[in-house]
Amino acid sequence: MIAVVDYGVGNLFSLTASLNSLGLGNVVTGDPAMIAAADRIILPGVGAFGDAMDKLRDKGLENVLISEAGKGKPFLGICLGMQMLHEESSEYGRHKGLGLIPGRVEPLKAHTSGLKVPAMGWNALKAVKECPILKYFPDGGYVYYVHSYFVPRGASTAAYSEYGAEVSGVTWNGKNVFGTQFHPEKSGNDGLKILRAFGKL
Amino acid sequence: MIAKRIIPCLDVRDGRVVKGKNFVGIRDVESPVELARRYNAENADELVFYDITASNEGRKLFTSVLSEVAREIFIPLTVGGGINTVEDFDRVLKSGADKVSVNTGAIRDPSVITAAAKKYGDQCVVLSMDVKRVNGIFKVFARGGREETELEAVSWAKKGQSLGAGEIVLNSIDTDGVKDGFDIEMLDAVCSAVDVPVVASGGAGKIEHFEELFDKVPRVDAALAASIFHFGEVSISDIKQRLRTRGVEVRI
Repeated sequence: MIAVVDYGVGNLFSLTASLNSLGLGNVVTGDPAMIAAADRIILPGVGAFGDAMDKLRDKGLENVLISEAGKGKPFLGICLGMQMLHEESSEYGRHKGLGLIPGRVEPLKAHTSGLKVPAMGWNALKAVKECPILKYFPDGGYVYYVHSYFVPRGASTAAYSEYGAEVSGVTWNGKNVFGTQFHPEKSGNDGLKILRAFGKL
Repeated sequence: MIAKRIIPCLDVRDGRVVKGKNFVGIRDVESPVELARRYNAENADELVFYDITASNEGRKLFTSVLSEVAREIFIPLTVGGGINTVEDFDRVLKSGADKVSVNTGAIRDPSVITAAAKKYGDQCVVLSMDVKRVNGIFKVFARGGREETELEAVSWAKKGQSLGAGEIVLNSIDTDGVKDGFDIEMLDAVCSAVDVPVVASGGAGKIEHFEELFDKVPRVDAALAASIFHFGEVSISDIKQRLRTRGVEVRI
C-alpha cells in the first residue's frame, strides 16, 4: 500500500487515478500512523515551498516522513514534494526542507534569461546515472513540467532536462528516496513507467 | 527545451463531442472518451474540453465525462466553458482537470483570474479570448463570439497576465473553421506582448498551417485544433513528424 501524503495542498485526482490504473494500491492520508504503516510513500505538492513545509509541520508529518525515509521505505516526492526532500529553498526567503536528498532549490528566473517562467510543458529527460525508478523509462523521453524553482544539476541528480540551466528532473539519495520535478502522473505512458518502477521497488 | 504542443480541442454538449463552423452550425461527432483515447495514442500533448451545454443536466454529464477521461488518460487536461467563479474552478479541478480556462466570466469579472490564481496557482488559470477584427481593431468578444466588448485583444492579454493568468488561448473568430491557416498577424501581436505561454487556435486545415505557424510566430507555444483531428483529416503524429524534420522541437 502506497501512502499518498495529504496535507491540504494540490489536486490528487490524477496521481491516485494513475496509481489505480497501474493496479498500485494507495490511500490518501494525512494520518502519521497510516503513513508509518504503509510500505511506500508519495509526497505530492503544488504551491509555495514555505507554506507547504509549514502545513507539513502543522499536521505533525515532518518527523514521520523523515523517520520512515530513514528506515529505507521507498519514498517519492513529486514537483514541490520533490523540492521539499532537499535541504533548503530560497523561494520567498529561506526555508529548510526535509533534508533527505542533498541539494538546494533555486529560482529558475536567475538562470533562464528570456525564457518563460513558470516553465510549463514537455521536456526531454536525460539520465546521468542508472536509477531504479528510471528502469522502464526510455532515455530522452518527454515528461511534463510545471515549475518556477528547481534543483540545479548536482551529485544527487539522476536525470535532467535543459531549460536555460540543467534542471534536475530526477534526484535520488542513492538508496530509497527519489524526487521528480516533473509530474509522472501527467507525463503520458512514459510517466506511468516511472510510477510502475517505483511500485516495484 | 520545452517542446511545442499540439492540442486537440473537444467541444462537449450533453456528453458528446460536437463541431461547428465560425461558431455556428454545430453537429455531433462522437464520444469524448473514445476521442481522448485516440488522441492520447497519437501523442497529443494536452486535451482541451469545452463545455458548451447550457443546462444543469448537461453540466453534470460534462463533469462525469471529464472524470471518465481523467481516470485513464494521463496528460494535462484543460477545461473551459461556463467558468465564472472560483467555485466553478473547484468543481472541474475536483473532476480531474489540471487547468481551467475562463473567458466570458473573466470579461464580466476580471477579479476571478486573481482569486483563482491565488488559490490554485497561476499555472492553473488559462485566459481564453475570442477575438475578431472590427474596423481594423482586434476586438474581444464574449459569449462564444456573440457579443462584442469594449476590450482590445493585446491590452486584455496583458491585463490577464498581470491579474495572474498563466497561459493564454487566442481564438481567432475570423479564421475559426475556415481552414485557411492560423491568424498569424493576430497571434504575433499577442505573443509579442506577453510572457506567459500562448496557444494558437482557429484556422488549422492542413499540416502546412502548423508549419507556417511555428515558422512565422516562433514565440507561440502550442497549436490547438478540433475538426481536422476529429474527422481524421490530419493526424497529430503526422504534424509532429513534419515539424521535427523542420527543426521544431516536439514530443514524439
